[in-house]
Amino acid sequence: MAEARVAARWAGAGYYALLALFLYMPIFLLIVFSFNDSVILAFPLKGFTLEWYHELLQAEELLASIKNSLLVGFLASAVSLALGTLAAIAIMRFRFRGRDTFLSFASLPLVIPYVVLGVALLILFSALGIDLYLWTVAIGHVVINVPYVMLIVAARLAGFQANLEEAAMDLGATYWVTLTKVTLPLSAPALVAAFLSSFTTSFDEFTLAFFLAGTQNTLPVYLYSQLRFPSRLPLAVSLAAVVMVVSILILLLSEWLRRIGAGASKTKGIK
Amino acid sequence: MNAESSVRLVNVTKQFPVPEKGQADVRAVEDISLDIREGEFFTLLGPSGCGKTTTLRLIAGFETPDSGMVIIGGQVANELAPYQRPVNTVFQNYALFPHLTVEQNVAFGLKVKRIPVPEQEQRVNEALELVQMGAYGRRRPSQLSGGQQQRVALARALVNRPAVLLLDEPLGALDLRLRKDMQYELKRLQVEVGITFIYVTHDQEEALTMSDRIAVMNQGEVLQIGSPSEIYDQPVDRFVASFIGDTNLLNAQVVSVKNGHVRLQMGGGEVELPRNGREVTAGQGVTVAIRPEKLRILRSDGKPKRGIQLHGQIRETIFAGPDTRHLVNLENGERLVVLIRSKDVAGKQHFEPGDAVEVSCDSSGPRLLLQ
Repeated sequence: MAEARVAARWAGAGYYALLALFLYMPIFLLIVFSFNDSVILAFPLKGFTLEWYHELLQAEELLASIKNSLLVGFLASAVSLALGTLAAIAIMRFRFRGRDTFLSFASLPLVIPYVVLGVALLILFSALGIDLYLWTVAIGHVVINVPYVMLIVAARLAGFQANLEEAAMDLGATYWVTLTKVTLPLSAPALVAAFLSSFTTSFDEFTLAFFLAGTQNTLPVYLYSQLRFPSRLPLAVSLAAVVMVVSILILLLSEWLRRIGAGASKTKGIK
Repeated sequence: MNAESSVRLVNVTKQFPVPEKGQADVRAVEDISLDIREGEFFTLLGPSGCGKTTTLRLIAGFETPDSGMVIIGGQVANELAPYQRPVNTVFQNYALFPHLTVEQNVAFGLKVKRIPVPEQEQRVNEALELVQMGAYGRRRPSQLSGGQQQRVALARALVNRPAVLLLDEPLGALDLRLRKDMQYELKRLQVEVGITFIYVTHDQEEALTMSDRIAVMNQGEVLQIGSPSEIYDQPVDRFVASFIGDTNLLNAQVVSVKNGHVRLQMGGGEVELPRNGREVTAGQGVTVAIRPEKLRILRSDGKPKRGIQLHGQIRETIFAGPDTRHLVNLENGERLVVLIRSKDVAGKQHFEPGDAVEVSCDSSGPRLLLQ
């Protein structure tokens, strides 16, 4: 028995080690190579250098693409947050005809492949005679982000009792005052988390941006275009490392905020 | 107490759609009429699902009636939003705002009505003192016990000086001891602030203790409205009789009717009862309700006595603190519960299972009910 248990434990540890290796090894290598003093991405490592990071700061096209991505990210997240929050409130707080249908439709972008969505939006924009530009990318990102925002905020709204809002109205608050003084403050952690997760999704997103960006590049699209030039590869690698680290930090922050919110709701009220 | 009406419901009906298709609507409340007087402690009493909370929500404005009128302070309030009504609610789970302190919770209503800050502070302090929570202003609701949250919820409602205070099972989540204390506390508060309280509960004892008047509800309808003693002593039907306190319900058949009295065949004997204005005819089946504490037990001696007299046999005696419950099998097989004060049980009133006894009471004790 004891031997079997030991074997099982080793098997578990091995499985975990493999998982960690496949998940994190590439990321780790990315960071290692970003400091490697060679244009060829291969072992053995040649030497330590900050040259690629230095070059990164000089590459104007690249900096422009970062600016574009930040712009699209903020725009898409702000709009997604507004629309997704409204949808969440509608679903969680109102009974209306077609509520279930609405929920299914609003969640649909979660299961539609981005390629399909990208082509569809491309056709739509050209049919409407809309020129492709950064804001068409932002629209695409809003489509994919709204369901996430909606689900994150809806989960929060489900976490506190609807009768807190009734209590506010009972005390004389109009619907609007109730929204701004009770509903939104109580949802704040979820709103921030939803915004940050939208932002990272939008910032990293390649497929839709590739279809919808027009002449301006967002960062992922620019990075991909650089892969054709072998000499530019280390630059792409170091940039990818930066994006990686920033993305992880933002996601950690958003998760932390979400947990603060969940914790606060647990200690609230009775039971 | 003056007789002016504070809240009136006139033939109010409210139905809720059932999620499943093709089913009839569930009637949460049906054709309810209430006239609640100013300064009254009025209780809506009934089992869960009887529509009492819906009735309260109709008054608060969280539900709108399908038909009928809700009149608050002489004004038809059907179309008024909750924030336009001169009523405040104490919710079952208190519904304190977790992101605000106790003070901020209590000040919420004054703040949204833009009461000047110095007056806000003064009234918040007064309200917190009123419920003996003056020392807890800076705390968060999550740092308070259930009883303390309850008090804050009361202060938050009362600080607005509503014309009517609505309370939805406010003591439901408290333990028994605290609940008893809060019953007196609530009654004291109501007398002190002098506003109309409309109180929802399923606890008949709570209702009897605190109320000026009680409306007993079942299945969306109001069955009886009256003072606690009226409801207790003169229930209008089987449901009210059995829901409020313990009661014996005996089947009986009308033998004859004369003037204000009826002769009934009941429990293996014949008895005569006041008719209570009920229309009955000879041969009709009726129900007779008798409170256990109104019955006496005597040893059988064969002599007829005044009032009501039924023959039976002691089946079981159960000690229950101040009273001892005696279960008596009547000659026709029906069973009666009789309460005898425990201090009397030791002497002449001592009975053993199997003893042949007579159960008697004054003719004013039993209450004639239609089925």
